[in-house]
Amino acid sequence: MAKVSCRKAICARILELARQDPRIWAVCTDSRGSVTIGAMAEELPEQFVELGIAEQNAVAVAAGLALTGKTVFACGPACFLAARAYEQVKVDVAYNRTDVKILGVSAGVSYGPLGCTHTSLHDFASMRSLPNLEVIAPSDAVQARAVADYLVSHRGPAYVRMGRGDVEAVYGEGEPFEMGKAKTVREGGDVTLIACGEMVWHAKEAASLLEREGISARVLDLFFLKPADEDAIRRAARETGAIVTVEEHSVNGGLGELVTHVVCADCPVPVRALGFPDEETLVGKSGDLFSHYGLTAEHIAAAARGVIAQKEGRRT
Amino acid sequence: MDTKALRRIAYERRLEVLEMVHRTGSGHIGGDMSCMDALVTLFYEVMDVEKRRANAPDADHFVLSKGHCAEALYTVLADRGFFPKERLQTYAQFGTKLAEHPTHGLEGVDVATGALGHGFPVACGMALGKKRDKMPGHIYTLMGDGEQAEGSVWEAVMFAAKYELDNLTAIVDRNHLQISGTTEEVMPLGDLGARYAAFGWNVVGCSGHDYAAMQKAFLTRAPGRPTAVILDTVKGKGSPIMENKAEWHHLIPNDAQYEAIRADLLRAAEEG
Repeated sequence: MAKVSCRKAICARILELARQDPRIWAVCTDSRGSVTIGAMAEELPEQFVELGIAEQNAVAVAAGLALTGKTVFACGPACFLAARAYEQVKVDVAYNRTDVKILGVSAGVSYGPLGCTHTSLHDFASMRSLPNLEVIAPSDAVQARAVADYLVSHRGPAYVRMGRGDVEAVYGEGEPFEMGKAKTVREGGDVTLIACGEMVWHAKEAASLLEREGISARVLDLFFLKPADEDAIRRAARETGAIVTVEEHSVNGGLGELVTHVVCADCPVPVRALGFPDEETLVGKSGDLFSHYGLTAEHIAAAARGVIAQKEGRRT
Repeated sequence: MDTKALRRIAYERRLEVLEMVHRTGSGHIGGDMSCMDALVTLFYEVMDVEKRRANAPDADHFVLSKGHCAEALYTVLADRGFFPKERLQTYAQFGTKLAEHPTHGLEGVDVATGALGHGFPVACGMALGKKRDKMPGHIYTLMGDGEQAEGSVWEAVMFAAKYELDNLTAIVDRNHLQISGTTEEVMPLGDLGARYAAFGWNVVGCSGHDYAAMQKAFLTRAPGRPTAVILDTVKGKGSPIMENKAEWHHLIPNDAQYEAIRADLLRAAEEG
């Protein structure tokens, strides 16, 4: 299947849905190109609002529009929406329970060559800690489309976090998803690889590497970081006894901590959390950064071997 | 209503605020007093409160962007029948809906505010939504003058002009004082009305304690332009103990001050 970015997939679906429902609106921060929502601006100008480079106002205005009965997608680079406009997300959207969906694009290290002003490796942590706000990180285009349908059918605040680049397909066309539940990408009994966003494909690749060694790895796509499917995490711990988490996010406050929190409380097993370390991120393309920071299939497979050895009481 | 009647209503509300603040040790009494006459003008003379209470789609809406003056708004909402007056007793108490800043879900409150520079931009979004829906009903919002230092205010000022939000009136309670001193010492606003005008707004100025002038100002409309009403007000209005003193931004009166302020407010209520 052709590689398509999550942002293009979700925006194409939003446009289709907005054609049928005049209450579906989008606001944008001089970022219609990078969000890929320019077609909606052209075709449905009455449902589109350009805010200029003003993220705080974009999110606040989105909340105001929602108070007049709209479902509003507030779109822009995640690095700005999740930081500059964080108080607006906290107060105007989450606290007020307005029907605003924050679409943060080019997240993680998508903008790696642009430097640390443009990374968003903090947003799972900051967004997960806001009551009333769902946090979703689609892993591929098929899932991103399904998330668009969910968002318009389900009232309430959400933060959707997507990268910039075209991504490998994890799922086939028409794959069903249960929203709020982890998606099992493949079954396995020796170890579970839990990932979200574009790291799911890397985890799937790692599982293929491990299979060649006779290791059966389960892969879970935890695309809802909130509400998180804690039952699936507990089952993974009980049934496979070893877990590796993989995220394009700081090791602080993201998927790894989420999983560890559940596992430690209910069924302690070894967990290795892969992510970006608590240090200034080097400049570089995302692929180079993944290699440097240990987020490739090979690294994930190595971490899996480590937790399996730990589970079996062997030294690594 | 004539000035005398409005004045009596406004001072009754001030007395309620004084009682709430003194009883609970919570609140921002200086700003409550400076904006009370504006709130009374809006809720008793200008807005169609019946429609708002009934949640009619074409109702007028009010957003208290200077959310720290919630107790002033609560007394007005209770008196206008949005919720029973007894509920004022729960103000600032454990588990109440009547927090020191307006909370989401309280009757008459569209949006929780309190972080400054939020309510006004949200009101702009409401106004654009209504305007594109061709839905009647005016959006009013009340800001503090100290709040004008927030950058998000000026993002919204630009936005409202661009989208020609003539169904929006932004009122500024220009009492010239904030916690640390005068606005001109803390972060100068100069000719605030000229600043709004420079951004393309229709600007009206009047005393924030003159009911007739405010009524006219709040009903001023300019096709294709949002309106700013800059109200010249006195912080702590109603008692010389508090008036024009920055520390009364959030001072809590002691028992002796409470009695003296109460006497001043009772006297003022009768003066009309």
